[in-house]
Amino acid sequence: MNNKDFKIVVLAKQVPDTHNVGKDAMKEDGTINRAALPAIFNPDDLKALEMALACKDALKDLMPVTVTVITMGPSRAADIIRESMFRGADNGIVVSDKRFAGSDTLATSYALSAAVKKLGKVDIVFSGRQAIDGDTAQVGPQVAEKLEIPQITYAEELVAMSENEIVIKRRLDRGVETVKTSFPVLITVHGNANDCRPRHAARLLKNKKACSLTEVKESQQSTANSQQFVEDMKALWAKKPYLKIEEWTADDINPDFARLGLSGSPTKVKSIENVVLTSKENKKINNSESEINELMKELVTAHII
Amino acid sequence: MNFYNDNKSLKFYLSHPVMDKIIKLKERDFVDSDNDNLAPVDVEDAIDSYDKVLEIVGDLAANVLEVNAEDVDHEGPQVVNNEIVYAKGTQKNHEAMRDAGLYGMSLPRKYKGLNFPYVPYVMAAEIVSRADAGFANIWGLQDCAETIYEFASEEIKEKYLPLINEGFTCSMALTEPDAGSDLQSVRLKATYYDEHNCWRLNGVKRFITNGDADIQLVLARSEEGTSDGRGLSYFLYDRRDNAVTVRRIENKLGIKGSPTAELVFNNAPALLIGDRRMGLIKYVMSLMNGARLGVGAQSVGLAEAAYREALEYAKQREQFGKAIIRFPQVYEMLGMMRAKIDATRSLLYETSRFVDLYKTYDSISKERQLTAEERQDMKYSQRCADMMTPMLKLFSSEYANQIAYDCIQVHGGSGFMKEYKCERLYRDARILSIYEGTSQLQVVAAIRFVGNGAYLKRIEEYEAMPIAEELMPLRQRIDKMKESYLKIVETADKFGTSSESYDFLARRMVEAMGHIIMSHLLLQDANRCNDFEKSCKLIISSAEAEIAKILTFVENFKEEDLALYNA
Repeated sequence: MNNKDFKIVVLAKQVPDTHNVGKDAMKEDGTINRAALPAIFNPDDLKALEMALACKDALKDLMPVTVTVITMGPSRAADIIRESMFRGADNGIVVSDKRFAGSDTLATSYALSAAVKKLGKVDIVFSGRQAIDGDTAQVGPQVAEKLEIPQITYAEELVAMSENEIVIKRRLDRGVETVKTSFPVLITVHGNANDCRPRHAARLLKNKKACSLTEVKESQQSTANSQQFVEDMKALWAKKPYLKIEEWTADDINPDFARLGLSGSPTKVKSIENVVLTSKENKKINNSESEINELMKELVTAHII
Repeated sequence: MNFYNDNKSLKFYLSHPVMDKIIKLKERDFVDSDNDNLAPVDVEDAIDSYDKVLEIVGDLAANVLEVNAEDVDHEGPQVVNNEIVYAKGTQKNHEAMRDAGLYGMSLPRKYKGLNFPYVPYVMAAEIVSRADAGFANIWGLQDCAETIYEFASEEIKEKYLPLINEGFTCSMALTEPDAGSDLQSVRLKATYYDEHNCWRLNGVKRFITNGDADIQLVLARSEEGTSDGRGLSYFLYDRRDNAVTVRRIENKLGIKGSPTAELVFNNAPALLIGDRRMGLIKYVMSLMNGARLGVGAQSVGLAEAAYREALEYAKQREQFGKAIIRFPQVYEMLGMMRAKIDATRSLLYETSRFVDLYKTYDSISKERQLTAEERQDMKYSQRCADMMTPMLKLFSSEYANQIAYDCIQVHGGSGFMKEYKCERLYRDARILSIYEGTSQLQVVAAIRFVGNGAYLKRIEEYEAMPIAEELMPLRQRIDKMKESYLKIVETADKFGTSSESYDFLARRMVEAMGHIIMSHLLLQDANRCNDFEKSCKLIISSAEAEIAKILTFVENFKEEDLALYNA
């Protein structure tokens, strides 16, 4: 990889579709029933991918730009890489290992930062603001800290992009802020940002057979002529290397193993409460100045408004 | 929402048995699969590619085009400084389709196309039309690329075809104030200047859909002193030459998002497409058949939208204590809407398959000599495409109008209000039986094939196709209809095929044949999937009644009756 090339990384996560929750969404013990929920591209991460692709569009006539998507998760997270390739990403890596199991945001950001480091010089790291399964918004900022690079959070709009600097409009609680920085930088993208461009027909045809070795081995178990299938895929990869989705295990990212998975996760879940919302607590307010004032005071005191 | 995934019929026609042959021809037995990253390796792989790309079309249709449709209808395009500015939603639609790589779908890959056959391409047109029939014109005019591909020089092809995929829009400028259905009277003048080594166009075009397009195909009189179709040639005008002004755009009843322009050509430089004098007699005729197929897709797509709108409303609206869909007069309307859509859709893809076969053979014939068998197959497919196209245009556009009408009827008083989508569909439908040749002109094109027995020959082929035993009674009913048809034609023939009475009865003969064709097609579909059995039975029942009506009329008709109609 030429050092002059501009390198953009997008951190993306495959999440259970918590927006379409049915009655089987939770197990008895209060944890997510992942089997009952379809796995989707985390919505904020799709917006991050769009901003990354917009940066590439702005620079691609000046220099070679690559957009690489990194996702951490089980082998089926390769879906995220394929989807990204259909929409404009150049390639992607699935970072997958049983030793990552039980990671909280600290261990996750540690593993992701180690993966980004392995890529060498990176100019921009994008991630969604937060994932819809955990809603912490912590992973992006923590990765920036571990990479020791500046961060811009809550990016809503790409205002300007050149080979030396980027201008971003941020969404804050009480307004917006426009900031400019040089590279490298990590940017977390807000849900208000532009929707991701659709799949591109030609990119889809080109990349639809992309898959990882683990996926091939797993599907091998379900097909009769299994060995032949692995050989066929290997032959295809030899001809068209871009169809092989790269996979990294914990060993590949050269980590301090104590900082991975459960052992690297100080977060302890004490208990999970199954909350059923009811409308029992209601209160009738008469249409009078005094009663409305009373309600206002109550709401302010309770920090609701 | 996805307008492809929610419509099982599309996948059904994508897997039609004849697709196997079409795909192998179109992909030249997969010769590109090793050296072209987009090329499929086998039939299954190709169908998977069509399926996945149609899924993108279905996504954009449901989530972009459909969402913008109402605003586009209200806002419409404008003329600013003699140029057309699309409605905001139209511009967004265009950019979304361009960014998804959905322009140039049927072009060969070397011109940045996807090399899709007509069947999936027409499906895309149907899906787009279901969301916004007006936008379907702007998107569908990529058909012009097909004309350039078939007839223009390699130099023109290499320069212009790759631009289609980049989102360069197209138009075909044929009509003039005094040349509508009668294109032989086109007057726009093309003059060749030896000193500049180029053609220049001067004159006026009217009613030009998407008139201010980037690439305009213009029919013009290149041969001075001529006055008929043989003096016309076909030209390409590049908008970047800035020599055409938009004088005005029309204020229309429907498809308001699709601009219809009056254009003034001011010494506009132009490139000759193909050979001089072949403009109307060869190129426009070919392009017109493509455009009529496009209107077929547009009609079926719009009808699908109207049917779903009506069905949804009828399920929800309660009167007299129950949903109105449970009243016989209402569910009759809905059942017939569905049957008419199934029938015309089946005809749409039957026609598309014939177009695929002959166009692909034609394209192969430029690379190598066809075998005798292939030449015969090409000729046969072309004839079938030529005879099915006007039948499709006639029935699909008339049915789309009936379905849009019934959609309002199901809505009752609410349907008459501007708040409901059905009134837009009703207005949008109205042009379908008019442009690219009125229904009356489709009859003129189709009656030829009644006279020479070409339709009957195809009917005999349907009769020979094997079907399940339990469907045989339906086939026997169609056989009876054929007997009536033969009587109708025999009776009309007695007046002499060049008589005014024969012309007068032409539409009835063509329609009788159309009912029989659609009955056979749905029977074939029902044989492959029982989902079609309901529509098949409904279409056969209504076809029997229609044909009996036609037979009665024709048998009672006397030459002197013509005078009764004359004002």
